[in-house]
Amino acid sequence: MSHEHLTLLLLAVPFVGSVVAMFLPANARNAEAWLAGGIAVIALVVAVTGYGVVEQGDVIRVAFLWLPHVDFSLRVDGYAWMFSLVVTGIGFLVVLYARYYLSPQDAVPRFYAFLLAFMGSMLGVVLSGNLIQIVFFWELTSLFSFLLIGYWHHNAAAREGARMALIVTSAGGLCLLGGVLVVGHIVGSYDLDRVLRAGDVIRTHPLYVTALVLIVLGAFTKSAQFPFHFWLPNAMSAPTPVSAYLHSAAMVKLGVFLLARLWPVLSGTDEWMWLVGATGLVTFVFGAYAAIFQNDLKGLLAYSTISHLGLITLLLGLNSPLAAVAAIFHMMNHATFKASLFMAAGVIDHEAGTRDIRRLSGLVRFMPITATLAMVAAAAMAGVPLLNGFLSKEMFFAESLHLAGPAPLLDRAMPYLVTVAGAFTVAYALRFIHGAFFGPDPVDLPRTPHEAPRWMRVPIEVLVLACVVVGVFPAVTIGPLLRVAVRAVLGPDTPAYSLAVWHGFTLPFMMSLVALAGGALLYYMLRGYLARGADDAPLLPDIDARRIFDRVLVTVSWRWARAIERRVATTRLSPQLRLIVVAALVAGAWPLWQRGLPFDVTASTLDPALTIAWIVGAACAIGAAWQAKFHRLTALILASGAGLVTCITFVWFSAPDLALTQLAVELVTAVLLLLGLRWLPKRVPFQWTLAGARAALPRRVRDLAIALAAGGGMATLAYAVMSVPAGRTISDFFVMHALPEGGGTNVVNVILVDFRGFDTLGEITVLGAVAVAVYSLLRRFRPPAESLEPLPQQRGLRGRRSGDDLLLPGVIMRGMFAAIVVLALYLLLRGHDLPGGGFVGGITFAIAVIVQYMAGGTRFVEDRLRIRPVRLMGIGLALAAATGVGAWFFAHPFLTSHVAHVDVPLFAGLHLPTALFFDVGVFLLVIGATSLILIALAHQLLRAHRRDQP
Amino acid sequence: MNEVVVACAIGVLTASGVWLLLRPRTFQVAIGLSLLSYAVNLFIFAMGRLRIGAAPIVAAAGTPDPAAFADPLPQALVLTAIVIGFATTALLLVVLLAARGLTGTDHVDGREPE
Repeated sequence: MSHEHLTLLLLAVPFVGSVVAMFLPANARNAEAWLAGGIAVIALVVAVTGYGVVEQGDVIRVAFLWLPHVDFSLRVDGYAWMFSLVVTGIGFLVVLYARYYLSPQDAVPRFYAFLLAFMGSMLGVVLSGNLIQIVFFWELTSLFSFLLIGYWHHNAAAREGARMALIVTSAGGLCLLGGVLVVGHIVGSYDLDRVLRAGDVIRTHPLYVTALVLIVLGAFTKSAQFPFHFWLPNAMSAPTPVSAYLHSAAMVKLGVFLLARLWPVLSGTDEWMWLVGATGLVTFVFGAYAAIFQNDLKGLLAYSTISHLGLITLLLGLNSPLAAVAAIFHMMNHATFKASLFMAAGVIDHEAGTRDIRRLSGLVRFMPITATLAMVAAAAMAGVPLLNGFLSKEMFFAESLHLAGPAPLLDRAMPYLVTVAGAFTVAYALRFIHGAFFGPDPVDLPRTPHEAPRWMRVPIEVLVLACVVVGVFPAVTIGPLLRVAVRAVLGPDTPAYSLAVWHGFTLPFMMSLVALAGGALLYYMLRGYLARGADDAPLLPDIDARRIFDRVLVTVSWRWARAIERRVATTRLSPQLRLIVVAALVAGAWPLWQRGLPFDVTASTLDPALTIAWIVGAACAIGAAWQAKFHRLTALILASGAGLVTCITFVWFSAPDLALTQLAVELVTAVLLLLGLRWLPKRVPFQWTLAGARAALPRRVRDLAIALAAGGGMATLAYAVMSVPAGRTISDFFVMHALPEGGGTNVVNVILVDFRGFDTLGEITVLGAVAVAVYSLLRRFRPPAESLEPLPQQRGLRGRRSGDDLLLPGVIMRGMFAAIVVLALYLLLRGHDLPGGGFVGGITFAIAVIVQYMAGGTRFVEDRLRIRPVRLMGIGLALAAATGVGAWFFAHPFLTSHVAHVDVPLFAGLHLPTALFFDVGVFLLVIGATSLILIALAHQLLRAHRRDQP
Repeated sequence: MNEVVVACAIGVLTASGVWLLLRPRTFQVAIGLSLLSYAVNLFIFAMGRLRIGAAPIVAAAGTPDPAAFADPLPQALVLTAIVIGFATTALLLVVLLAARGLTGTDHVDGREPE
């Protein structure tokens, strides 16, 4: 396979795995883990194969048409390649870890399906070749992280945290979309290659600051930068494998990933330095300080992650290529040591039953291996020499020494600030290790702690091994990876950098030593304070970002919404409808007022028969409007009368298909409403009083005026259009091409099943969805008790089957079944050439079924005839869609029709268009939907009686 | 003059439908929507102009002359609208039956006016 195919495979495999994982049984823990692990390994191997290309500095590109002006494109350069390794590699370790972390009660299919889909979305962001696509996958990661954080949805904190993460990151995603659109507007393309070449254009454009602010808002929310950091600690109620993956290696890295991706384009200005550099600095120092005072192991790690992401952001904000190298290096290092620390915290939680540092103590004697691993990883986090964290941190310290930013004072203060923050880092690393593993034996733990299972430790061991190996032999291990990644981002600006462990007693090394010593001292001094178990950090103003977030949310989505509703809206239906009708009237009348309406007088003659028909029809309509309150059955019959005259109009004016469909639908609608009448309350007898009439008069006059205005407007408009001759429209095309291209002579049907087949597919989908909605609503519907009383006409008839009431007509109706079914099939089959088709055929078939219900009663029919409406709908929809997909196999677009001329005995020269199969799909779906709705309604009475007589 | 008849028909159906739409009882609204959908379907159909004896069914051979047939496009639009109209009527009916079951009244607001 070529690299292009492999790249597509890399993106597709996790999503396919996710779908498969969803359908495995709920207790298949091992199968799920094997599947997810296998998927991750395949993706990892596929990713590794790209090394040959990116090592040469080449880029793998795949593109095919997606939207107008935007291709679906994948673009793998060294940087994207490195990230795909991290995502798939750590993804695999997390899958392995999760197998032992999740308990047998957890619903594993959901977990692995979300995890794999998340992995796919991450790869989507990393590999995307255009900005729109990046935003699309970016939002997908927000969505799946929401589902993963809220995985234990019975836990209120998990729901809360998931919701907060979703709101913050998707609000940022919206900003990002805006920023991306601005960039696309500046460059004239969303293609990443073109955007990356257009750095000078973007930086000098007047909209540069707008684009910059919007994009960094997206990045900061995703990477939990101050002041948007608060969602990350709250997301710690996620299962620990999720935290290890999302909050160390993957999702939170996306923000800094994007900042580095666009670094060549957006950086280099003072605005960039102030915005990105300052945010990074504040987040770095604040996060490190706050982490010291966390009492929850995972909370400590969350603030530590915030701090390290701040460090990376700060490095990117320094406008120096060497700092960008350090940033990319630290992204990888942080992923390894932080993922292993999260996993270690998970082990402690799993085996000791708590994550509270105040309760934990002396675990080194119970779980020596885990303790050793955690110590090494924490040392890497703190920047102890011979570990990977030391290398990138030293590069960072070196960078902080020679800044040339817009604020000289800040430049000079920077080395001191970062050394202090480095000391904070050491202090919280010490707290993690000392608090959990050393000291006296723990008392009163929920469980007796012991070592984790063998394979649960393996992922931690692999990651810690990576920390050590990279720390000792950086040039041969991480060197090549870092080189391809950095070269892909910086291109010709790539600076010379050295990955040696020992640079001599340089100033940065001294800063490291000061930070280590200072951190140890700080932790020693704070021991007393921390042991008292205070909940918040001293010296920090008591601002709870989470509480502010909640308050803003309540204000916007509840108080303001209520206030608006109280002032300008109503919960009552009639005023709302009145408002809509009046608005429509105004919107319709306004242009007429401005432009006038062209009338032309056509010379068609008056048909007396049609006129008489419509006099009856109008009388029916007005009568229905008049009687609908007190005489529902009358109103129903009158409305059907108006429908029949409509039907006559269709057939009169050359629309036989419409007339057929209208007639059939009229029948089923009448049956439907008749079935519904049963459940409406008895109308109180009308007592006319002068006072009542007087009170209602203004309302009635107003509504009558609105109704007359609407009717008059519609009539005027319709006449104005009809009196002007039609010009040439697209309809000519349909008439000309129906036979040669659609293979049918009935143009209306050819439009439905061929030219506009995609619309029809949508329509039948809606029809199916409505039928299912009706069905599920009726399953919950409880009819009121008073409606269950037998009607006066039925009293004394108990014990008789409903079929007995219609003894003679019943025989005829039963006999009609075959005839109506044949008619339905006839209408279906001839539809392509003569009036008919799937819609009317399907409804006719449903009528055949309903007639049987009416003749024999529900039980009689269902003993003899098994209609499975849901199955019919499924088959119909699948058939229609499959007909469309079939065209792909002949290299035609979706739903391209093909006409075969078949010679079979008896049917010589038969035209067999593929559109016929589509129409059969429509036919089946319409049968299913219509009968599902009607049968569900008919079953209500049956269910109600069944409940009465248990 | 047939155009006048159809235009008046659309007007009467619309007026009756809108009147019922503004009434307080659920069944009135359901019938109103039904009448309104007749009006809208006729209106869309009429946008293709009224032709007598020109059903859009072409001959099985030769090149058809578009001017000889009624406009098929509004017909195709209305045909699906009729079927969807049935489905929405059903949904409305079930929603109002469920509302009646829940609230005990068939007033559109779910409570009797004071």
